[in-house]
Amino acid sequence: MPEFEPKIVAFCCRYCAYTAADLAGSMRLQYSPNIRVVEMPCSGTIEHGLILSTFEKGVDGVYIAGCNLGDCHFLKGNVRAIKRVAAVKKILDEIGLGGERLEFFHVPASEGTKFAQVANEMTERIRQLGPSPLNKNAAGNAQKEGGQTA
Amino acid sequence: MSNLSKLQQVLDSGQFTVTAEIGPPKHSSAEGIRHHAEMMQDYVDATNITDNQTAIVRMSSIAAGVHVLNSGIEPIIQMTCRDRNRIAMQSDLLGAYSLGMRNVLCLSGDHQKFGNHPTAKNVYDVDSMQLIENLRRMRDEKVFFCGEAIKEAEPQFFIGAVANPFADPFEFRVDRLEKKVNAGAQFIQTQCIFDMERFERFMEMVRERGLDQRVHILAGVTPMKSWRAASYMQNNVSGMIVPDELVERLKNAEDPKREGLDICIEQIKYIKEKIKGVHGVHIMAIAWEEVVPEIVEKSGLYPRPKVD
Amino acid sequence: MIVAQQKPVSEIAQMISDCKKVLFLGCAGCVTVCLAGGEKETDVLASAIRIKRTLESNPLEATTFTCTRQCDPEYIVGIDNLVKDVDAIVSLACGVGVQYLAERFKDKWVVPALDTKFIGGSVVHGLWEEKCGLCGECILHRTGGICPIIRCSKSILNGPCGGSQHGKCEVDKDVDCAWQLIYDRMRALGKLDKLMEIQPIKDWSKSRDGGPRKAIREDVMIDE
Ligand code: SF4
Ligand code: SF4
Repeated sequence: MPEFEPKIVAFCCRYCAYTAADLAGSMRLQYSPNIRVVEMPCSGTIEHGLILSTFEKGVDGVYIAGCNLGDCHFLKGNVRAIKRVAAVKKILDEIGLGGERLEFFHVPASEGTKFAQVANEMTERIRQLGPSPLNKNAAGNAQKEGGQTA
Repeated sequence: MSNLSKLQQVLDSGQFTVTAEIGPPKHSSAEGIRHHAEMMQDYVDATNITDNQTAIVRMSSIAAGVHVLNSGIEPIIQMTCRDRNRIAMQSDLLGAYSLGMRNVLCLSGDHQKFGNHPTAKNVYDVDSMQLIENLRRMRDEKVFFCGEAIKEAEPQFFIGAVANPFADPFEFRVDRLEKKVNAGAQFIQTQCIFDMERFERFMEMVRERGLDQRVHILAGVTPMKSWRAASYMQNNVSGMIVPDELVERLKNAEDPKREGLDICIEQIKYIKEKIKGVHGVHIMAIAWEEVVPEIVEKSGLYPRPKVD
Repeated sequence: MIVAQQKPVSEIAQMISDCKKVLFLGCAGCVTVCLAGGEKETDVLASAIRIKRTLESNPLEATTFTCTRQCDPEYIVGIDNLVKDVDAIVSLACGVGVQYLAERFKDKWVVPALDTKFIGGSVVHGLWEEKCGLCGECILHRTGGICPIIRCSKSILNGPCGGSQHGKCEVDKDVDCAWQLIYDRMRALGKLDKLMEIQPIKDWSKSRDGGPRKAIREDVMIDE
């Protein structure tokens, strides 16, 4: 059985994490290929609904990456993102998907290594958790269903 | 049964008056209150019967008042605005009068949040000011709160109210007292006094306006058992000021209970001798009723005057 | 405006646990402003319950729509086609909206997603405060524009009570004493003498105590 390869969406702020991703690339750093990066004008533009609908589409994990506290290009976007992530984590816990599939990370523009490290860390976390029950293509889920019908 | 309140007679005679407080029990036996009443009988002129104090369910103040009356003390029925609408208030008042109650103390009542039924719905149909005014109208104008005539046997209560010199806004406290007097209050019991200086300032303003000539003011005092009790009141009871020196004095005392009593006795003597316009004391020995006789005696207020 | 707050997702999910197809209906009125039942909140709630039901192997077909207002019959006549095939409507409006829906869609199960709290306004983004108790006979002209009916914990009309200290109410150190506010304002306006008038007992029959109320403007009624 092949190892479970999680699909993770990373919403990255243009002014920090997204730039850090570029830097990681030019530094030729190896990082988890499981991450799909979505560029955001600011981590503060993330919304509850967008996170939930991303999970509904079957991704196994989501994270938002923004600037260090005090460094937000729009002053407080990251603070707001952190609060929203906390609120959605609560919803995820309540509905049974689990808040640990969602996280917020600080990734400054100058830290390509931090970007790679976060990507690897989140991939590892989600790998441990196993596929999202909403992920129809995951080997694990298919197997589970197979197990039930067999 | 006499129509006249004994409390009113003592106060009107100009003698320094003593009232105390009995808290009804959280059960249906009257044994405890009877015991407290018998014990205090010769030492006080009347005693308050609290009305579900701090919003904790207790025996009704009117029912407890009957036990107290039968044990030889004249009760002062407390009536809060928290639990009854105007219909229940008047009905209870008629009943209380028929049972021999002659004094009513009108108050807002502690919010139910503090009690054992914090999810209850509060009433506050009428506020304490309005209760005072309408009780007076029941007696003097022989009308119900709605204006309808009381055809016979209108209740002739001696009407009391409370004043808290330690609540804010301080400047308005005397105004509010005056408002209560205008509404019909005949006697006033104050919140427990620990901050004597503030009370003196309050009384100064009271005298300036001549309010002490229009209403009988009884100063509230409370003996404290320990510095912890004092510090609790200092921090957790809204509308109460307890000076640090007082807490310290109890803390440093060898026998805190003795010290608590001594402080209380000193306070009474001071109020009686030094503060003009005060017509008596109201001793609130919360859950410590048995010390009332000693306090009265050592304050030089024993024996109490006899009235018929 | 009317201020409402969403019930816990699990509670709402429980109300529709035996339904297969549900319309989540938001309202673009007050509850949009107080971030409880607008378009965004409606999408989030539908999404959350859809996920929950999928995880429970009891998938839910959830559609969403947001009306201009649910408290006016005109605005809900237009959603007949959306309601046609659903088993239930989850309304994210205030209690008024829920009732209009229940009235119009007689054969549909209509449930409230919100707890309708009070009428008030916002203090800062994300914080709302109660301001009016809908007493039916406003007395703000006697209290300096500060409502004692709802902002005083005891609805005292001749306050403040003895629990007022340092400007705060006895029930909570975070709650301003309405009567301290009234006093301060009347003093600033030089109208303290007004506070010496004894406010008479209130006619609560004009409030909810008189039964459900109606407001009528004959001059604007359209004769049929
Ligand atoms: S007085 Fe009555 S109508 Fe006016 S704000 Fe207060 S509750 Fe509302
Ligand atoms: S403290 Fe002020 S707001 Fe609170 S109940 Fe008393 S008067 Fe009303």
